[in-house]
Amino acid sequence: MKKNRFSFKKIAAIIMMAALVIPAGGCGKAAAVGEITVINYGEYLDPDMLDLFTKETGIKVNYEEAITPEEMYTKYSSGAIKYDLVCSSDYMMKKMILEGDFQEIPWDAMENKDNIGDKFYEFSSAFDPGNKYCVPYFWGTLGILYDTTKVKGPVDSWDVLFNGEYAGDIIMQNSMKDTFMVALKYLGYSVNTDNPDELKEAQQLLLAQKPDVQAYLVDEARDEVVAGNAAMAVVYSGEAYLGHEYNNDLAYVVPKEGSNVWIDCWAITKECEHPEYAAKFLDFLCREDVGMTNFEYIYYSTPNEKVVENMDEELRNDESIVPSDASVEKCEVCVQVDDDVTALMNELWKELKSE
Amino acid sequence: MNELEERSSKRHWLATPYAIWIIVFTVLPLIVIFRYALTDSAGHFTLENTAAVTSPINMKAMWFSLKIAFGCTVFCILLAYPMVLAMKHLGLGRRGISLFIIILPMWMNFILRILAWQMILSNNGILNLMITKLGFKPVAVANTPTAIMIGVVYDYLPYMILPIYTAIMDISDDLIEAAKDLGAGSFTVFFKVVFPLSIPGLLSGTVMVFVPSMTSFVISDILGGGKLQLIGNIIEQDFISGNNWHMGSGLSVALMIFVLISMEFTIREEKTGRESVIW
Repeated sequence: MKKNRFSFKKIAAIIMMAALVIPAGGCGKAAAVGEITVINYGEYLDPDMLDLFTKETGIKVNYEEAITPEEMYTKYSSGAIKYDLVCSSDYMMKKMILEGDFQEIPWDAMENKDNIGDKFYEFSSAFDPGNKYCVPYFWGTLGILYDTTKVKGPVDSWDVLFNGEYAGDIIMQNSMKDTFMVALKYLGYSVNTDNPDELKEAQQLLLAQKPDVQAYLVDEARDEVVAGNAAMAVVYSGEAYLGHEYNNDLAYVVPKEGSNVWIDCWAITKECEHPEYAAKFLDFLCREDVGMTNFEYIYYSTPNEKVVENMDEELRNDESIVPSDASVEKCEVCVQVDDDVTALMNELWKELKSE
Repeated sequence: MNELEERSSKRHWLATPYAIWIIVFTVLPLIVIFRYALTDSAGHFTLENTAAVTSPINMKAMWFSLKIAFGCTVFCILLAYPMVLAMKHLGLGRRGISLFIIILPMWMNFILRILAWQMILSNNGILNLMITKLGFKPVAVANTPTAIMIGVVYDYLPYMILPIYTAIMDISDDLIEAAKDLGAGSFTVFFKVVFPLSIPGLLSGTVMVFVPSMTSFVISDILGGGKLQLIGNIIEQDFISGNNWHMGSGLSVALMIFVLISMEFTIREEKTGRESVIW
């Protein structure tokens, strides 16, 4: 009995000591520097890079994820967590810039900013005039990933999704913007249209297509084609590359009617109290070695030209890794953020989904 | 003051964690939801968000949810009741094992189990693999209401089994023997003794299956392929992608009212019976 009591005391003492010592030792460095809270898409950063960043700078990174730009915006605007850095897509960046949610990037503190090609700063100036707020992160096109063993004839047009030939074998994106963009492009309209009639026409087309659609998915779209459950899916170019890695029969095409070229960027929120820490993180992401590791984790197209230069020849010539100028030329950046247009699209999307 | 009273007044303290829990995780969130539901984005009072449930899109989702919840409850009763009757006749050890097997899957995260169902039911999935091996034509269950139904029945079946199990195991063998001594056949014993005494369990099982299957959205999202919408999916969309918390809360309140109305019958029925184990 006595012995037991002694060991209990001893254990308690050890636990208490540990409670005192471990945080002091573990966070000693971090406490001296600080921390930042970032929100990013899921699986959109090599988690090892977070540890490396903390090791190099002593800045602790609280990492949060969101599936869609809308979800990120909901999380950000609810104010429950104070984010310092957000990563999101073109149109969401524009919306938040217009709302005044961001502060200017301290470019002078960014040594590696020139690793990002000028072409991409030009892209992002479509929604960030003067390149004040956004650091390009990854980019790509929207196209069709298809199983070459399951299609009859070449796939080069959005038409394959709408002509009924592949009924039940099609996966569309479970994302309002992406699905509408496909229909708008097929009809020959701009992805940034604000014409209600064009949007309604696109919805009619999607309604007619719905019985042929196997499922509306986001992350699993690629996997379903890889697994052979579907003949084709609308996906982002980066997804297509990984799909091809898993299943050599798969191919990716940006349809001839044109498509959407998207670019995801980082920005510093106006709530950020230490923009110097945030800038350090962004600069870190632009660094060549970090860019390379991240690229090899995500396999989306990187705007980091240093990384592209050091890629294998085969990767550099892969349309889904480095989209060619010819295919990008047909594509538009999505910058439509008008509230009325979004509300109408939301309504039309709900009708489509509930049909 | 006698000792017993004193002791019971001391015992009130034991309710403190319960009270704190209920206030923080039930009462306060409800207040927040009602606040959002009854105001518009400018902060003015409105009933529009709750009334929006009558729009054709929402009614359609509501009706579909009702069908799924009703079907799920019926299937669960049909599966659970005979299972429990069979378990009653097992020896004590085997009864324990069979109960354990029913509870075992609940140790695993339910989203993982639903994702497993997605794999099983997909076009090239395990189900179709087995069917074609046996020489039949593959079935297209994935992304249909059938797939959602399989998912909810699978997920909520234990919640039907457990209350029925408790109710039926509580029935004393003496009662059954007495009925038999008085000349009742096994049908009469079942319909006059066992079934009436199991009703409280059946009712709490119904509540525990009907309400969550009516309000679920993850199962329909994963197994319905984003093509089929329960009212839960619409509420989720309003919160997550539409960023319209007022509308989402309004619909949630409408759903709560609806569930309360449909449960009203069940609970009223139950008051006349013996107090049930879980509800």
